[in-house]
Amino acid sequence: MTVNQPASPVKIAKPRGIKPRTGIKGRVWKFGPDIDTDRIIPARYLNTSDPEELARHCMEDEDPSFSKSVKPGDIIVADKNFGCGSSREHAPIAIKASGVSCVIARSFARIFYRNSFNMGLPILECGDAVDSTDAGDILSVDIAKGEIRNVTRKKTYHARPVPQFMRELVETGGLMEWVRRKFPQAF
Amino acid sequence: MTITEKILARGAGLKEVLPGELINARVDIALGNDITAPIAISEFRRIGAKKVFDRRKVVLVPDHFTPNKDIKSATQCKVLREFAMEQKLTHYYEGGDVGVEHALLPEKGVVVPGDVVVGADSHTCTYGALGAFSTGVGSTDLAAAMITGELWFKVPESMKFVYYGRLNRWVSGKDLILYAIGDVGVDGALYRAMEFAGEAVRKLSMDSRLAMCNMAIEAGGKSGIIEPDAVTKEYVKRRAERPFRFYSSDPDAGYVEVREYDCRKIEPQVACPHLPENTRNVTDVGEVRIDQVVIGSCTNGRIEDLKVAAMVLKGKHVAPNLRLIIIPATPDIYREAMEKGYFDIFLKAGAVISPPTCGPCLGGHMGVLAPGERAVSTTNRNFVGRMGDVTSEVYLANPAVAAASAVKGRVAHPDEVCGL
Repeated sequence: MTVNQPASPVKIAKPRGIKPRTGIKGRVWKFGPDIDTDRIIPARYLNTSDPEELARHCMEDEDPSFSKSVKPGDIIVADKNFGCGSSREHAPIAIKASGVSCVIARSFARIFYRNSFNMGLPILECGDAVDSTDAGDILSVDIAKGEIRNVTRKKTYHARPVPQFMRELVETGGLMEWVRRKFPQAF
Repeated sequence: MTITEKILARGAGLKEVLPGELINARVDIALGNDITAPIAISEFRRIGAKKVFDRRKVVLVPDHFTPNKDIKSATQCKVLREFAMEQKLTHYYEGGDVGVEHALLPEKGVVVPGDVVVGADSHTCTYGALGAFSTGVGSTDLAAAMITGELWFKVPESMKFVYYGRLNRWVSGKDLILYAIGDVGVDGALYRAMEFAGEAVRKLSMDSRLAMCNMAIEAGGKSGIIEPDAVTKEYVKRRAERPFRFYSSDPDAGYVEVREYDCRKIEPQVACPHLPENTRNVTDVGEVRIDQVVIGSCTNGRIEDLKVAAMVLKGKHVAPNLRLIIIPATPDIYREAMEKGYFDIFLKAGAVISPPTCGPCLGGHMGVLAPGERAVSTTNRNFVGRMGDVTSEVYLANPAVAAASAVKGRVAHPDEVCGL
């Protein structure tokens, strides 16, 4: 990839040391391909943006037991194109507020991918981990290294590396913090 | 460079950009609606921002759950209204001025060819029909764009879809895009810019082109785009509120993939539940009884869509116990349909005519489905539970197929109702 010098370069001010969460460990909820945002949070609940209320209906049309049974730290593992459909940021908000610590998928739809980094839901792309993980397995995840360990099956996988800029975004504390530093004149 | 790369290069102030490159681009329009803007406004305030970067370029359109369907929706709209007044936004619409955002903005000339547009709504890709780079983002991205007037992008790879030959009767832009989604799948164009070209696309009306680019997201696309031409010029010349610029792809532009289709083989398409990629020829769908038909939305709520629906419904009545809901997408379309006599035809056919709203498309209001019910809809998504109960089903089609299906009470080809 050749990189031109943009007129307004995408650069981060000195990272302040807000580190992405490491040491994630949790039980797996397994989902199939093409889980759309209407299944993550149905549009009938979008008349609010309250995280707690959204969490109560998270994954409701896919697995009605999810919101009642999910435990803090649990991990969603899904097949390709997770989060396809609408741009609603309510989807990653509902997942995060339900206590899920991380989403691992074979691939993510692009708006969901962007939204997750912007609002701070850790996500990783790793087809190998998806193929050999079952519901109920215990995973331990090092987000910074992209390392996924299936504790139940004693296997380790490596996620697709997160682009440098996205890592910096997370380290800065999300997009809004990045904006605050890059555009001090706006405040 | 492709048209997409040229527009992004202009936005970033660069001579050239390459697929995969990260750039910061100026945005010409940043858009939000009653579902996504409240979170953006709350982020805007949380971080301590005082003013939007340009009050003429931040656009708020409360269209999803309006006219306000309940107290919570009314409260979300109030957040938009107060923000619009506080920031003195020039493009805020409500009441008799509001329409479905992606029909309203092109109609009012708010988005123009050559623009870089971001909107906190996935169907923001619609404006590619004008020859703009336009993509859906989330609420935090919208907040960043409202404050700074720019946003970071990864320059997408471009994927070309070339349509040859003449269109069959009843086939529109909706069918061409459904056909492509059926071919490549719901993630077949993931992260890519979908460029629609070929003689058949050149002959499409602007309404059909808007319907086509609208559904690029349903193939996972970052954007959809059509090179502007005489049709574009005719459409924008009396609407554009800013100067515009036509870009086109170079003959040696790089595409990651090219798909070619012979339009003579494309019949009206139906996307069966529960993914837009489950497409079939309407004649291959079989006997599917339906309870409701919706004609409207940012995909197919424009005047040409209502015209073809009126053509099919003229002198007919909908099947017993079937609800036909027609939703003109904007106030101007509403008025034009009324003046042209379409409303007479619709009302005599037993239809309900709704004010402009996204409403039932996302199961909001104005036509939500009960358990086990089925609908044919001219909207863009047929996901599980999209229009109502989790056991209901949505079949996506063009307005002619939807109108014919309303008359027959089952998924039907327009020829069954209109003859040849």
